[in-house]
Amino acid sequence: MILTQTAETKASAIQMRGITKTFGEVIANNSINLDIRYGEVLSLLGENGSGKTTLMNMLSGIYFPDAGEILVNGEPVIIRSPKDAFDLKIGMIHQHFKLVDVFTAAENITLGSQQKGRYDKKEVARRVREICSKYGFEVNPEQKVYTMTVSQKQTLEIVKVLYGGADILILDEPTAVLTLQETEKLFSVIRNMRADGKAIVIITHKLNEVLAVSDRVSILRHGEYIDTVNTKDATEASLTEMMVGKKIALNITRDDIPNKEKRLSVKHLSVMSPEGVKVLDDINFDLYSGEILGVAGISGCGQKELLESIAGLQKTEAGASILYYDASDAAEKQLIGTNPKQIRNLGIHLSFVPEDRLGMGLIGSMGMTGNMMLKNYADGKSLFLDRKQPKDLAEKIREELEVVTPGIQTPVRRLSGGNVQKVLVGREIAASPAVLLTAYAVRGLDINTSYTIYNLLNEQKKSGVAVVYVGEDLDVLLELCDRILVLCGGAVSGIVDGRTATKEQVGALMIKR
Amino acid sequence: MTSQNHSKQREPLIRMVKRDHLPAKKAWLIRIIGLLLALVVCAVLIFSITKLNPLKVYTTMFGGAFGSTRRSWQTIREAMMLLCVSLGLAPAFMMRFWNIGAEGQILVGGVATAGCMIYLGDKLPSILLFAVMLIGSIAAGALWGFLPAFFKARFGTNETLFTLMMNYIAIQLTSYFVAVWEKPYGSNSVGIINSDTNAGWFKPLFGQQYGWNVVIVLVLTFAMYFYLKFSKQGYEIQVVGESENTARYAGINVKHVIIRTMLISGAICGLSGFLAVAGSGHTISVSTAGGRGFTAIIVAWLSKFNSFVMILFAFLLAFLERGASEIASKFNLNDYASEMIEGIILFFVLGSEFFINYKLIFRTKEHAQNETLKEEAHS
Repeated sequence: MILTQTAETKASAIQMRGITKTFGEVIANNSINLDIRYGEVLSLLGENGSGKTTLMNMLSGIYFPDAGEILVNGEPVIIRSPKDAFDLKIGMIHQHFKLVDVFTAAENITLGSQQKGRYDKKEVARRVREICSKYGFEVNPEQKVYTMTVSQKQTLEIVKVLYGGADILILDEPTAVLTLQETEKLFSVIRNMRADGKAIVIITHKLNEVLAVSDRVSILRHGEYIDTVNTKDATEASLTEMMVGKKIALNITRDDIPNKEKRLSVKHLSVMSPEGVKVLDDINFDLYSGEILGVAGISGCGQKELLESIAGLQKTEAGASILYYDASDAAEKQLIGTNPKQIRNLGIHLSFVPEDRLGMGLIGSMGMTGNMMLKNYADGKSLFLDRKQPKDLAEKIREELEVVTPGIQTPVRRLSGGNVQKVLVGREIAASPAVLLTAYAVRGLDINTSYTIYNLLNEQKKSGVAVVYVGEDLDVLLELCDRILVLCGGAVSGIVDGRTATKEQVGALMIKR
Repeated sequence: MTSQNHSKQREPLIRMVKRDHLPAKKAWLIRIIGLLLALVVCAVLIFSITKLNPLKVYTTMFGGAFGSTRRSWQTIREAMMLLCVSLGLAPAFMMRFWNIGAEGQILVGGVATAGCMIYLGDKLPSILLFAVMLIGSIAAGALWGFLPAFFKARFGTNETLFTLMMNYIAIQLTSYFVAVWEKPYGSNSVGIINSDTNAGWFKPLFGQQYGWNVVIVLVLTFAMYFYLKFSKQGYEIQVVGESENTARYAGINVKHVIIRTMLISGAICGLSGFLAVAGSGHTISVSTAGGRGFTAIIVAWLSKFNSFVMILFAFLLAFLERGASEIASKFNLNDYASEMIEGIILFFVLGSEFFINYKLIFRTKEHAQNETLKEEAHS
């Protein structure tokens, strides 16, 4: 390999060629090429699930590629473990920090280092201070991690990587947890590291940050490599188009159902996370029968909390109201402060397909029969389970939705992702819901199964069910949904008409700040 | 390390991969192979250390456990005790509640039973006395199960530490009562309770001294099987054990289920204390539980909480223990030798579970596979 080094092209740090990684049926990365250079900041841009983190995890030794080649400093290498990555001077700062809470900063920094000899506290502190003054970090080597703010922890992670001698740094969504000022500070540090000749990659989906800090941008979409452009030649609009792609015609049917009735009215809904961060901020919207309301947004913008609040699984802040209007007598029922059992006892048919299928919607170790009765096993006075009814239902769903399983007693954990979802959606629809909440209903599914799910949702809509569809694929949202509610940072940034809205419009609302 | 070293590195030599599913037949085959291997390893060890004929040792071992009617019944009694404790542990472990406090739950059940025998033995008619003993032992065990469950449900405390520490409280409590009930004075033991009247002793059933033990535990075995497999509460236990989120999603009151299940778990362990005191030892001491609270954990897990499979493993462990003590005395070996044999056999039995759940992939094979895959892709 010949390096032609001009003023424009910096020395190559890492080259990835034809990298492919699959998880079961899902192709997370399909033959990706990437170029990381010293003295440069590269942004890795893409929507959720586009394969950015997976790709970088193959550099940090967490995953091993199925195919393809990685070159570090022009030499082909095999990275089998984080230690191999460390030896190659590659350091990754993960989205979820990997620090020991009860240790001090200095102890965390030296943790796992391969240095021989005595642990010299003073020497460590001296080197930490040296790194800090060089790049402009602020770290107190004696401070315990549990007393640190999120931003301090992140700083510590970066210092730790630098202390280990890394020349190539990968930051996974570094600004997701930072305030505006903290982000500014981080960027100035990144610029200092770049000036020092380090190769830096930031994984992100925030366009303004891409433009502010990076030299080049590589774009991934649905596990495919799209392009790499120089930041100075890019605009927000051009990057958005590459990130979300041109509108694809999917030909999903969308009927207009007349005589819509108000089914649900959400007012002033706010939710605090256990860490005390506002994850939902004063949400207001109405949901009607015979419509599919799409919910769009970057992941982690409150979608999960929104659905779980309606389903009675989430503690909400005072002042919130979720009113349910019964179709038969138009009686109002308050859902705030109820749990799933109480909602059922109120006579409300609320079905919920959660994002975490095996961790929340189903019991992985049980067969289809056992899963069919999850919500109504307690019906009736008998102390013992009625297995006949769920067994019949399992047979019916297996046949109608063409669930591929060795038998209805086979633990659902062993089924493929698509079949797991068919079991879950099948059960929730069989409960003849008035409101159907779905979270990422087609995530990880192949195209056929996805269409099965779209058709099921459309049938529900036609029969007068109020459907909520939380999705990540804008093309699908725009073709399937009657209205689209866009969440951004826990707040509603807009509700648009699914028939007239454009992809750019929704994309812009998703990153409106 | 230079990058040249890296290019030489290959995939790891052996990789463990979790098996998706192994048919029951194959799984049992692996277990039997494991047992045979254990016997071979033991034989080599026995011969190289003691120069004894391993076959003779094994025969003696078997004879120790089943050599005479009396011995057989002692092995059965021991197996029933283990089985009873395992039945108590099964619902807790199925809920993924790490109840390692069975030892203490047995002891307090035993103390309650002994107390009833001592204070009420000559005051109550036989039927009533047994009823009070039974209820007392169950209540005591249930209390020992309730406390860690309550704190776990209410404050999220760690049940492993909590149940473990409850054991020590039970041991101290037992030694206190041993001191109170000491008889004869200065012996530092309770002695045989009601040795003159036999009040509160299990009567022989079908002419067998331990007949009642067998009947009670077998009834419990059936009951626990149907409870866990077919009852609504058993279903709730399974769901909570699998995922608390799924349980919440289904509208199950998780705290309620945790407390209820531990009441049952503790109660059955307390009941085994009742069996140990009224049904076999007729005395109480800190060694009444005798480590069964821990051995039963192995029985419960190996049988995957299936009550009927538990019978099998309870017998295996009871057999090992009785057989091992027999060879120790017969061949003048010290206890360590027999414990080694016990340990080796257990090691292999547990080890076979690893091969049932995982398979090993060697590098060469893997490479060959990859190559063929690549070729297929090219053609």
